[in-house]
Amino acid sequence: MSIKPSGITDIFLSFFKIGLFTIGGGLAMIPLIERVAVEKKRWIHEDEIADIIAICQSVPGVIAINISIFIGYKRAGMKGALAAVFGVVLPSFIIILFVSQLLIEFHTNPYVQKAFVGAKAGVTALLAVVVIRLWRQVVTDVYTVIIALVSFASVIIFGVHPFIVITVGGLTGFTAFLIKRYVVL
Amino acid sequence: MTFLLLFWTFLKIGAFSFGGGLAMIAPIQIEMEYFNWMTADEFANIIAVSQMTPGPIAVNTATYVGVKTAGVLGSLCATLGVTLPSFLMIILIAHYYQQYKNSRVLTSVLRVIKPVTLALIASAVVIVAKTSFFPDANYSLKTEFESAGLSLELIKNMPLNGTAVLLSIVLIPIIIKFKINPVVVIVASACLGLFLM
Repeated sequence: MSIKPSGITDIFLSFFKIGLFTIGGGLAMIPLIERVAVEKKRWIHEDEIADIIAICQSVPGVIAINISIFIGYKRAGMKGALAAVFGVVLPSFIIILFVSQLLIEFHTNPYVQKAFVGAKAGVTALLAVVVIRLWRQVVTDVYTVIIALVSFASVIIFGVHPFIVITVGGLTGFTAFLIKRYVVL
Repeated sequence: MTFLLLFWTFLKIGAFSFGGGLAMIAPIQIEMEYFNWMTADEFANIIAVSQMTPGPIAVNTATYVGVKTAGVLGSLCATLGVTLPSFLMIILIAHYYQQYKNSRVLTSVLRVIKPVTLALIASAVVIVAKTSFFPDANYSLKTEFESAGLSLELIKNMPLNGTAVLLSIVLIPIIIKFKINPVVVIVASACLGLFLM
């Protein structure tokens, strides 16, 4: 199936709208992307979307952006992927360009600082809720408890760089795979 | 030179951050302190703003840091950097979709990466909480080129903002129970901060 140039524009505009209207970070975008790509535009089949989301969670980077690129690519190849990624990133890029001017100018203002102290207490709670929900989902046995606690302590108490923690984690998983495959058979 | 450094730093962040934007907060914080691009306090402000403006936190932060250190072109470099690794990897994976989906190596690796990601998001809680609970600590940029990491030294002997702590603790069960919109949570908390703290 060949995609007309208007198809690329359609991809760009659809993702631009998603990028523009989802407030609350990348995670808030996922349900909207699902709705647009599966129900409204029928770019992706219902059975496929769960797999795509799972795959995109396993790749580094912002999950919502990953999903957008994947869908864009599936729909119209490289051009589709480019249209999707520019579409989804551009709104926040433009908005933050303006907001940053205000922030740089006003963030030392005592009232603004007070409001931010409160706002950050709210963000702390929001992030803590994400941790609680993820904990229930991810921590299923004694190994995952140990990995989570050791990683947390390494970063916060011992000041190990997160990239090192991630790399060690990945290598541990890879070693576990090798042991399961070649040693315990 | 700053352009290249911005691009490279955010490229690394984009390439290493499994588990989405929230898991990127801790690495971004460390890199920002290392290069003296932004204070912990400023970064936590951006996270708060990101929850109220469209778009992912990682893109918002990259844009902000870029524009602050090197203007619009700088923000372009940072944002391109943070998205490029995902772009390349996703294109590759979209090609080898079926093999990738059922890969046993991947399942094994992800089983460990997922709890690591959880720990990174928990670290993000500490990063943001620190600047709200200890607002008087000195979060200014360092004069010397040194890596402070997520050091908690900064907040030693600093007065604790009890109201902020209480607000966070009270909010957690409320958010879980009533599934309140993040924007509402932040605007309400900001108002409380303005009048009570």
